[in-house]
Amino acid sequence: MTGPRDGGAMTGEPLLDVRDLKVSFRTEDGLVKAVDGVSLTLFEGETLGIVGESGSGKSVTMMSVMRLISDPNARFEGEVLYKGHDLMTLNPDQMRSIRGTGISMIFQDPMTSLNPVYRVGSQIAEQIRAHDHVSKQAARDRAIELLAAVGIPQAAERVDNYPHEFSGGMRQRVMIAMAVSCNPDILIADEPTTALDVTIQAQILKLLRKLRNDFGTAVVLITHDMGVVADLADRIAVMYAGRIVEQGTRREVFYDAQHPYTWGLLGSIARLDRPKPRRLAAIPGQPPSLLRLARGCAFADRCAHRFDLCDEQPPLLDRVGGNHLDACHLEPKQKKELRETTIHPELIGNAE
Amino acid sequence: MTPAEGSIPPAASSAPSTASAPSTASAPSTASAPSTSNGDGELLLRAEHVTKYFPIRSGVLLQREVARVHAVDDVSLELRAGETLGLVGESGCGKSTLARCLARLYPLTSGSVVFEGQDISTLSRRELRPVRRELQMVFQDPYASLNPRKRVGEILSDPLRIHRRGNRDQIKRRVRELLELVGLSPEHINRYPHEFSGGQRQRIGVARALALHPRLIIADEPVSALDVSIRAQVINLLDDLQDELHLTYIFIAHDLGVVRHVSDRIAVMYLGKIVEVSPAEELYQRPIHPYTEALLSAVPIPDPDLSDRRTQIVLEGDVPSPIVPPSGCRFHPRCRYATKICAQQEPPLAEYGGGHLAACHHPLNLGLPAVPTAAAPTAAAPTAAAPTAAAPTAAAPAAAVEPLPHATGEAAGGEVPAEEPQ
Repeated sequence: MTGPRDGGAMTGEPLLDVRDLKVSFRTEDGLVKAVDGVSLTLFEGETLGIVGESGSGKSVTMMSVMRLISDPNARFEGEVLYKGHDLMTLNPDQMRSIRGTGISMIFQDPMTSLNPVYRVGSQIAEQIRAHDHVSKQAARDRAIELLAAVGIPQAAERVDNYPHEFSGGMRQRVMIAMAVSCNPDILIADEPTTALDVTIQAQILKLLRKLRNDFGTAVVLITHDMGVVADLADRIAVMYAGRIVEQGTRREVFYDAQHPYTWGLLGSIARLDRPKPRRLAAIPGQPPSLLRLARGCAFADRCAHRFDLCDEQPPLLDRVGGNHLDACHLEPKQKKELRETTIHPELIGNAE
Repeated sequence: MTPAEGSIPPAASSAPSTASAPSTASAPSTASAPSTSNGDGELLLRAEHVTKYFPIRSGVLLQREVARVHAVDDVSLELRAGETLGLVGESGCGKSTLARCLARLYPLTSGSVVFEGQDISTLSRRELRPVRRELQMVFQDPYASLNPRKRVGEILSDPLRIHRRGNRDQIKRRVRELLELVGLSPEHINRYPHEFSGGQRQRIGVARALALHPRLIIADEPVSALDVSIRAQVINLLDDLQDELHLTYIFIAHDLGVVRHVSDRIAVMYLGKIVEVSPAEELYQRPIHPYTEALLSAVPIPDPDLSDRRTQIVLEGDVPSPIVPPSGCRFHPRCRYATKICAQQEPPLAEYGGGHLAACHHPLNLGLPAVPTAAAPTAAAPTAAAPTAAAPTAAAPAAAVEPLPHATGEAAGGEVPAEEPQ
């Protein structure tokens, strides 16, 4: 991977600029703050990885950007600027013209995101014809072209198949073909490989990388797998309980992680590229309920390095340096000391 | 939660892990121990030529069998007391079916399963009952495997009542004990499953499996449905329980990192067949079967530099249909080393020393020393030919894995290397 990895020119106007986005849902039990003040930027041709556990708000953030949340109990605050226009203020028609041509999205489950009663080709053609005024035949030809481009063998015949005639990996390829059919600037991939086997995952990641390099599409990659972001992302945002707790380039997050939650994530993976630790550094406890978030840091309950300040006020996203942001009250010096022992607790055992 | 007990008999579980502990590549000689330390335990389970076909029927009134799904095809394996056998493979490779055959949740099409010296493949339901006490399962989906209408207390006491383990008070005491054992509070006894999170539910599933003091637990993807941070908790719990209760595990997962972490030995399945069996660490250092090599190579590495540097083998296409499996070696249509013979003859599982078996006409990595060195599973293998234990310092750039303290120690310096923005 050459090119703008790990750095890239983060100058000029971002393609997508999410400013202090808040999404909450009114429920019987109270207000669920699913997204609580998220700010993100995405530049042209860049790949942004968003990592976090289920319920951390990573999908809701991006669904809100696409304006795909139609729940009447949802409330949105903040701005989502796409090429300078605030998507939050657009009417449904204007939004529809942006979806597909400007920003498009693929989802985790390729089994349920395709309509089972229509042929694959007609589902792709439908999208093309919704945005471009082309003949049915031209749309069909384009669909075949796209299927071939995403690596479906015998595309000219498979175009008339139904979704159930495809395997999981192939269906995800169809979803990707559909998503890039109108040459979007931004492709949002929400856990695109979670439902797939590792060998198929490798195929899909390779395809995403190819699309990004060939067409310069900016990609937002939502995942819980640190391995996937290490492979594909230029920058990474780590989310926890509706907030971004750390954000930086791929190298910064992996080699200079600042937030104890990021340490926990890195420590709890059973990795193939390192000697096997005796125990995994699990994060104790479980994610907090979004109904009753603490006044201070949401991670405090599970954090081994908690101190008074953590309970009093939520940490702000501070600049560590450059564009590396981090939301933790610990002093940078303390962090350096604590980090290694948190990620690799067995090191303490060895020292003794 | 008391790892201090790691020295207790089922040393099979603790020995290999300490051998590869991050204290650099200290003792390559002990690293070869897993195969021998597994031998400590007596033979607990032996599966011979286990085959399971599912019929596909067609027709309205007279249902004729038109084809068969070859889910598990002539699988033989042995399991020793105290060890953990990992079972990996892609979805549809038959690993879950095999597990259920071993637990006799499915009747076998042919073959036999000998558990504690008794052939359980032909036992009736009634005769199976005492076996069930010794052999329990933990399932993947913590949401579907607990009855939503029963309280936790009932879920855990049912097996005790069915097998008549004590009176009400004794059962109640045992249930509380079980909850504590898996790290839940005994006060949760009156709650329903929906009141728990996924990780807690999986703990209940584990407690239920432990209720009757089994010797063997078959865990079918026990952590796949859980979030990363919770996953590590459950893996550590299973680890601790094994030490405390001298359990034997068959651990099924598709996450190769998890399998490596928990297993002493690993069996790799492809389309109903076992294609490779090996001591855990050896499998990752020296895969012999091309499928294993590809599988390891497909795992994303959570380290940007290593991830960029390595060349991935990406398998083309999908797993073929198990209804009409390919001729000869079942992997040959996707194999990059395949030749004519692969399509014609099925390779037998051959022994490559140290308990490492593989079924391939073109075995890989035979030039590598059997003793694992610190070479990455997919790193350019042929370069590291020296059979002498590689000195840790001489680890060439090709060896992608560095001793842990170094690798992170440098990064911890805070200096993010050169290609920084501005």
